[in-house]
Amino acid sequence: MSPALPRRAASGTSAPRRARPGVLRRGGLSLAVERRSLVVCAVLLVTALAFSIVLIGTGDYRIAPLDVLRSLTGHGNPGQDFVVRQLRLPRVVVALLVGASLGMAGAAFQTVARNPLGSPDVIGFGQGSAAGALVVIVLLKGPAWQVSLGAVAGGLLTGLAVYLLAWKNGVHGYRLVLVGIGGSAVLSAVNSYLLVRADFVDAARAVVWITGSLDGRDWSQVRPLLAADLVLMPLLLGHGRALRITEMGDDAAHALGVRVERTRLVAVLAAVLLTAAATAAAGPIAFIALTAPQLARRLTRSPGVALAPAALMGAALLVVADWAAQRTFPSGQVPVGVATGVLGGGYLLWLLVTERRAGRI
Amino acid sequence: MLVDRDSTRTADPGPPDTPPRGSPAAADARRAAGLVLALVLLAAVCVASVAIGARSMAVGDVWHGLFHYSGTDDDVVVRQLRVPRTVLGLMAGAALGVAGAVMQALTRNPLADPGLLGVNAGAAAAVVSGISFLGVTSTTGYVWFALAGAAAVSVLVYAIGGTRSATPVRLALAGTAVTALLQGWTSAVELTDRVALDRMRFWQVGSLASASMATVRDVAPFLGAGALLAFAAARPLNAIALGDDTARGLGARLTRTRVLAMAAITLLCGTATAACGPIVFVGLMVPHVVRGITGPDMRWILPYAAVLSPVLLLGSDVIGRVVTRPAELQVGIVTAVIGGPVFIALVRRRRMAEL
Repeated sequence: MSPALPRRAASGTSAPRRARPGVLRRGGLSLAVERRSLVVCAVLLVTALAFSIVLIGTGDYRIAPLDVLRSLTGHGNPGQDFVVRQLRLPRVVVALLVGASLGMAGAAFQTVARNPLGSPDVIGFGQGSAAGALVVIVLLKGPAWQVSLGAVAGGLLTGLAVYLLAWKNGVHGYRLVLVGIGGSAVLSAVNSYLLVRADFVDAARAVVWITGSLDGRDWSQVRPLLAADLVLMPLLLGHGRALRITEMGDDAAHALGVRVERTRLVAVLAAVLLTAAATAAAGPIAFIALTAPQLARRLTRSPGVALAPAALMGAALLVVADWAAQRTFPSGQVPVGVATGVLGGGYLLWLLVTERRAGRI
Repeated sequence: MLVDRDSTRTADPGPPDTPPRGSPAAADARRAAGLVLALVLLAAVCVASVAIGARSMAVGDVWHGLFHYSGTDDDVVVRQLRVPRTVLGLMAGAALGVAGAVMQALTRNPLADPGLLGVNAGAAAAVVSGISFLGVTSTTGYVWFALAGAAAVSVLVYAIGGTRSATPVRLALAGTAVTALLQGWTSAVELTDRVALDRMRFWQVGSLASASMATVRDVAPFLGAGALLAFAAARPLNAIALGDDTARGLGARLTRTRVLAMAAITLLCGTATAACGPIVFVGLMVPHVVRGITGPDMRWILPYAAVLSPVLLLGSDVIGRVVTRPAELQVGIVTAVIGGPVFIALVRRRRMAEL
């Protein structure tokens, strides 16, 4: 076996070191379970929850992790209960949900595009929703919920425009990426212009918003996001098997009894809505959708992008990034989007350097 | 290397009674004539840039302000605002166009543009650091920071995306990744330091409005040096277009040429960005148009780019002054709005094997 093989496994379709599946049988049904995926999922879940507890304790008023646990289970003192339950818990719940939504949406996008770069960030969703939010903040002077709406509309319109512009007898992955980069460049110029037109208070508010932030999130942001996740995530997971089979190519998938076009349409719609819901709650947080599925795939050593590990990885990543941002700049002025941008940019560079040795990208 | 379909037309034999159109001398004459035409165009745009603005004035007043300065309001506007602005636009435009042409030749990448490859983001990150941590306020101060940032990023992006197995996508992605990293840094600084945010948001859109003769004097030596280096690299870059091995066989010194070209790109982009803020797509568009006219010879591409890029930049600046009168649309926005569709058209036109 040549030494190049394991790396090919990390970036492509074949998997020489693939984990052996265990099989659950019950009556006439059997279910293949990859043990490694299960372990990775469990570890990611524990990591996300542990960092959530640390994150709840972080801030101007510090609370020890054990006290946080006591408050959460209803045995804390009233002062800490208020801080934990009313102020910090909603923020952390938003972080977990946004991270999970973005991670799963990214996994769906990448599976449909059959390309690790097919993520909403790369096709201009982020700059588009920033433009939408800026229009509402600067030109319409709208309240918070309208800003969310503007961001979602801007992101969806941009994604659609980029997709249509890249269409030429089908969408080729790299053409989509390049058209997305061009569209993002135009939109970022428009965004700079809107920032210049703004007065200073609006400009400061807008910069925080378009970077993606978790500051000041309360239960009113949690509810719509949770509702969207509860509908869309099971829907996507239900199509997970079919989606993975479409990666084998349209003909093979047809032969195996998968309705390819319908599966793809459901996956793309659900992924777009998940991204939109996450953006409405926290702004366009960069790169989670790009990095989470790929990191999860490397950990689980699975041949394709899997939905559930990607969602858990996204949640863990966002909570860790928020914690890192708060620890590095304790005054709380730097939103989490800065941390994920730096993280994602670094990851993309690493991907380019390592994939070059494997002769890809 | 990109060879536009139009350029192959020069190989067609002409009518028998005239000298054959494909002969080198005829082609050179044609290119020289084109260059003269481009210079005329440039002169026209310069006149428009001096004559058109938020304050409308008659041509006679402009003339008076230029040549019989007597201190009236119109004279002051012409001398203190419009002339420096036009001169800076000329210099910055030429710099961006030449840098884009050199970059596309060096990386053999038709989509190379200083803005897309993160050089601007590098300059921005360095400038915001200078403003916030060292209290820099003058354009001269910006220049050094922008140069340092541009140099660091061009070396980094080229090292990651530009060598051996380079494809346009790799290079563009390396630029995107570096831009994302540096934007994170820039916004972190802006958000912790409100003074820096207020200065940066005006610098960051890319504008010629704050030009003064002092700025022009500050940046001229840097741009001059960069242009000299670029023209010195023109011949060996022609050889590099044929591939590394062939170039070596033809006697081109690869490392020396690459260093020379990188230095030129850094000087030209870093200085132009320091003076006007980040301006995207000028360096991308103009070399493509120019190659359609001249063919792939860098010795013709560079002078053409140096003349036609300011036409685009000053033209965009004039458009920006006219469309939202009496307010102004910054030139960086106009070029982005014009350039984005051109970029997308280029991406769509090319076969995927080349990308």
